[in-house]
Amino acid sequence: MIPPYLLQEMAQSTGEHIVLVLVSMAIAAALGLPLGILLTRRAALRTPLLGFANVMQTIPSLALFGFLIPIPFIGGIGKRTAIVALVLYALLPILRNTLAGILGVDGAVRESAIAMGMTGRQLLWQVELPLAAPTILAGVRIATVTTIGTATIAAAIGAGGLGVFIFRGIASVDTAQILAGAIPAALLALLSDGGFSWIERRIAVS
Amino acid sequence: MGSSLSTALEFRDVSYTIGGNLVLDKLNLRIAEGRTLVLLGRSGSGKTTALKMLNGLLFPTTGHVLVDQRATTDWDLIQLRRGIGYVIQEVGLFPHFTIGENVALVPRLKGWPQDRIAARVSELLDQVGLDPVQFLDRYPRQLSGGQRQRVGVARALAAEPKLLLFDEPFGALDPVTRVELQDQFLALRDRLRKTSIFVTHDVREALRLGTEIALLHRGRLEVLATPDQFVQSSGPEAQAFLATL
Repeated sequence: MIPPYLLQEMAQSTGEHIVLVLVSMAIAAALGLPLGILLTRRAALRTPLLGFANVMQTIPSLALFGFLIPIPFIGGIGKRTAIVALVLYALLPILRNTLAGILGVDGAVRESAIAMGMTGRQLLWQVELPLAAPTILAGVRIATVTTIGTATIAAAIGAGGLGVFIFRGIASVDTAQILAGAIPAALLALLSDGGFSWIERRIAVS
Repeated sequence: MGSSLSTALEFRDVSYTIGGNLVLDKLNLRIAEGRTLVLLGRSGSGKTTALKMLNGLLFPTTGHVLVDQRATTDWDLIQLRRGIGYVIQEVGLFPHFTIGENVALVPRLKGWPQDRIAARVSELLDQVGLDPVQFLDRYPRQLSGGQRQRVGVARALAAEPKLLLFDEPFGALDPVTRVELQDQFLALRDRLRKTSIFVTHDVREALRLGTEIALLHRGRLEVLATPDQFVQSSGPEAQAFLATL
């Protein structure tokens, strides 16, 4: 059986983990959605911005956390650095799916909207975003599930969360400790994946 | 606006070049109010390009396109477009809007009161032969191609535009449905008497629907004639089209 002190620590770490993911995802969405929309309007920015987000994805996460530590203002030890790294990872799927979702809107529908006298803003809010919503949501879903996993590594730079158990378990060759971190993290990932799939089904109906 | 001869639309020395290709070559054309001009031509003859200049989707490289005596470059484009009905082959209904919402689009953009919009939408669906009770709350994907295009026509008419543009609207329909919609077009044309421009590559459709036919070939105006005159045309491009009858 799980001793009560461990259970309490697990609850606390899970809370930390959720906050870490929620804050990172909120920032990544707040950056990625407007940037993705901007990319649909400015084709010249696509290569550099998507390239940057792509490169960020290829850096191994442990290395990225390490790179950020010496950087002033955004770096250092702790949650802030972890959030910066997680945002950089989450950016690509959101950016790419926002762009793909909007560019995927049927050209005849877009042409009709313009020819009917919609303003650019009306076109975006009433036509492009509603029609791109399932694709954009799929991007946010992928980003969230990945972030829940990657956030365990953030414990390496003192950001807390469920990774604390995993690193401690590895250091002390204690499988129970590893599982105390890994199982809640996996459950969180499954839960959020299920939640997103529920939302996707809801918006697909309308 | 008494005289039916007043000029509603005019192409004045309009040329259009894209990527080094001359798509329109010094097009001069006037369309009087209340008439239906058919732009006839092969693919790539410049007819769709000419049409899209009327609602400011494209602008002349040189020359001017005038709507109500005013160059399209001087119009507030949003205002211009909301006064022009536009029907295209792919229809372009909003898949996430019901039929009712699709037809209501331009009146809503223009800020009509809700009850006036509702009355107008029902009236229009009736006019294009769709039972409002049955169709109002359906989505475009639940309709056949012919029904969708009827909705497209209703949407174009919704805000009582002064001008209607049709870009091969019936080109993707089966022959029987096409004739049905042509009949309906003629009924609407004779009742509403709105200035209309109709793009097609089908000479039969042109002869049926137009009060005038403008034959375009490689961006040039080859023939401008009434249907009766058009069948007498002797030019090679006109002959080529007449041979398809």
